[in-house]
Amino acid sequence: MQRFYFDHNATTPIAPEVLETMVSCLGQVYGNASSIHYFGQNAKQRLEAARRQLAALIHANPTEIVFTGGGTEADNMAIVGSVRAAAKHAAHVVTTAIEHPAVLAPCAQLEREGVAITRLRIGSSGVVNPDEVRRALRPETVLISVMHANNELGTIQPIAEIARIAHEAGVPLHVDGVQALGKIPVDMDALGPDLYSMSAHKLYAPKGVGALYIRKGAKLAPLTLGGHHERDRRPGTENVPGIAAFGAAAEIAARNLSADSERISALRDRLENTLLDRIPGSGINGSRWNRTPNTSNMYFDGIDGEALVIALDLRGFAVSTGAACSSGAIAPSHVLTAIGLDAERARASMRFSLGRSNTAEQVDALADALCASVIHLRRISVHA
Amino acid sequence: MPDSQPIAVAMSGGVDSSTVAALLVRQGHSVVGLTMQLWNQRRLPELVPDGGASSHGRCCSLDDVYDARRVAEQVGIPYYVVNFERQFEEHVVKPFVDEYLAGRTPIPCTLCNNYIKFDRFLEMADSVGAHLIATGHYARIRGDTATGRYQLLRAVDDGKDQTYFLFGLTQQQLARTLFPLGELTKPEVRELARSMNLAVASKGDSQEICFIPNGDYAAFLTAYMREAGIPKRATEGEIVTTDGRPLGIHAGVHRFTVGQRRGLGIATGEPLYVISTDPAAQRVVVGGNDDLLCKRFFARDMNWISIPAPTPGLRAQVKIRNKHAAAPATIHATDDPARIEVIFDQPQRAVTPGQGAVLYDGDLVLGGGWIE
Repeated sequence: MQRFYFDHNATTPIAPEVLETMVSCLGQVYGNASSIHYFGQNAKQRLEAARRQLAALIHANPTEIVFTGGGTEADNMAIVGSVRAAAKHAAHVVTTAIEHPAVLAPCAQLEREGVAITRLRIGSSGVVNPDEVRRALRPETVLISVMHANNELGTIQPIAEIARIAHEAGVPLHVDGVQALGKIPVDMDALGPDLYSMSAHKLYAPKGVGALYIRKGAKLAPLTLGGHHERDRRPGTENVPGIAAFGAAAEIAARNLSADSERISALRDRLENTLLDRIPGSGINGSRWNRTPNTSNMYFDGIDGEALVIALDLRGFAVSTGAACSSGAIAPSHVLTAIGLDAERARASMRFSLGRSNTAEQVDALADALCASVIHLRRISVHA
Repeated sequence: MPDSQPIAVAMSGGVDSSTVAALLVRQGHSVVGLTMQLWNQRRLPELVPDGGASSHGRCCSLDDVYDARRVAEQVGIPYYVVNFERQFEEHVVKPFVDEYLAGRTPIPCTLCNNYIKFDRFLEMADSVGAHLIATGHYARIRGDTATGRYQLLRAVDDGKDQTYFLFGLTQQQLARTLFPLGELTKPEVRELARSMNLAVASKGDSQEICFIPNGDYAAFLTAYMREAGIPKRATEGEIVTTDGRPLGIHAGVHRFTVGQRRGLGIATGEPLYVISTDPAAQRVVVGGNDDLLCKRFFARDMNWISIPAPTPGLRAQVKIRNKHAAAPATIHATDDPARIEVIFDQPQRAVTPGQGAVLYDGDLVLGGGWIE
């Protein structure tokens, strides 16, 4: 059976160029980047080259980039590290109800430890209103954390505006940029965050590598303690092959961003228009505009999204209902609930996230399979 | 589309359902494995010493999903976990709690079979293109050509027979269900699992009620009521004898079930048993063993399986709890066609409201209902 992948927001396949970089690095560059000798220097060169590549993609200074073990780690470092560094007696954090668990869970932990957390409610558009951020600020606010692009809806948040509000108030802004990097322009100067989390595996690079942009002067307490790697921000011998791969992927993204974006958004729109046209009782969740070019979140009233994912997988199409839990079972999406979908429509929703390898033929095949599955599911469903 | 209509196997991660999946694959069927996520083991952390992080041997633990996934990989079938926690809560756990608080002793396994395994699961199977389902139940299904009915029969392995929990199955459900283990004994199933090198071949059997750790009903009910915000009503009350004589105080009627001997906290010359509970008055009535004997009772919501309807004066062997040896009885109709009166030839011990009454004719399951 031919298999087609429409789940690029979960993870991406490794780009051939990236794979080549990684494998050659794994095989040959085995030095410890902290060592004085030739082998160490060689590793250090690769590490710093990758830092420059990523810095170029996001218009940052290479010294402002710290490599981590992934996006989740970067989010944790930023949130917990900022609150600890503030060392205020009564601390307060402003975030949103549609953040990824990598942000929501450390916030919940801080809350258990006595930090006040405001989780901003989001309207049906799936976009934060910057005024709400302003209104939520308190004298004791030590951090604002808002994602750049939502993983389930693709909606893009008004980061530049929120950054202006944050800076006026003298509060640092963290942005979870995991779903934005490589999909839309990410420019630290234009956006103005103090901290920005990134992940390699959403960018056609391997899992287990991420980065945190830390604006010069931002205060951050380290979460892990050890050696002096990454300017004492993130101790532990650097994963040079993974980081080199991340660098290569960043360079490709910088080169292809606008062309990829144009082509992939055309495919996404083709899929949505076909489905909206052919399936009554269907619609788009969140704003149709102002989205990452590859992401579509749609509902098909009267169907069970979980059953549809399985039915499509058995036909060779990989799609998703949203967040997957550790056992592989599917829990109702907190994002869809937060933007006001009732439980039934949330369960009837699907996420399609396209990528570089998808073609118009694949999109048409997916639309055909989906139409057939929805008709079948609606016919047999007595519980919907 | 897959080349042939697949069979959906309900895989729990145990040896029985794993063997079913492997057997069907060996017979050349196209199979898809599904594990039902029914209960979150971390939900009532006070019930498990480590907060539910490791919940080996109970349903829906990560360990069981791991085992099921591994078997699916081994026999080369697609495998998915499907989440029915919402439906399990609504149709099994909540009614279980309500029944207990109403002074009855419910059987969640039957509710789970009626509303989850042979209803929601069947629908999910259909959704993914599988018309037939197979489970690891020990029971047999036979199509009766004379009447055109699907009949349910006791398993060949008497000790493992699970027909007592399957009395709610309808003809439509039986038509779409396979019980490949009904003709096998448990040792044979284990041997088969070993011969097919299934990783779970020597895994222990699951316990009686999957979502209640260590079978401690009272602790479960207490934890559930706390979580649900059901006020901890003063469920304390009197323990009285059958003739109304007070003997002491008890800590809640839901802690007692008919026939129970332990936990009364009363020392008397002769052994005392719970004869009945009265939640309204919060009283537990106790008496001697003879007071537990009962010759007749009513059963409601009867479901007829192997026969379309009872004939007047129908004779059957009636089982009133899972471990009960079916006893001969005569079945009488009442004004309500779904309600019957059962009159035993000999009085039976501890006929308990809320349990199932299942009617047999030898191996054949005639039907069953709920004891009033």
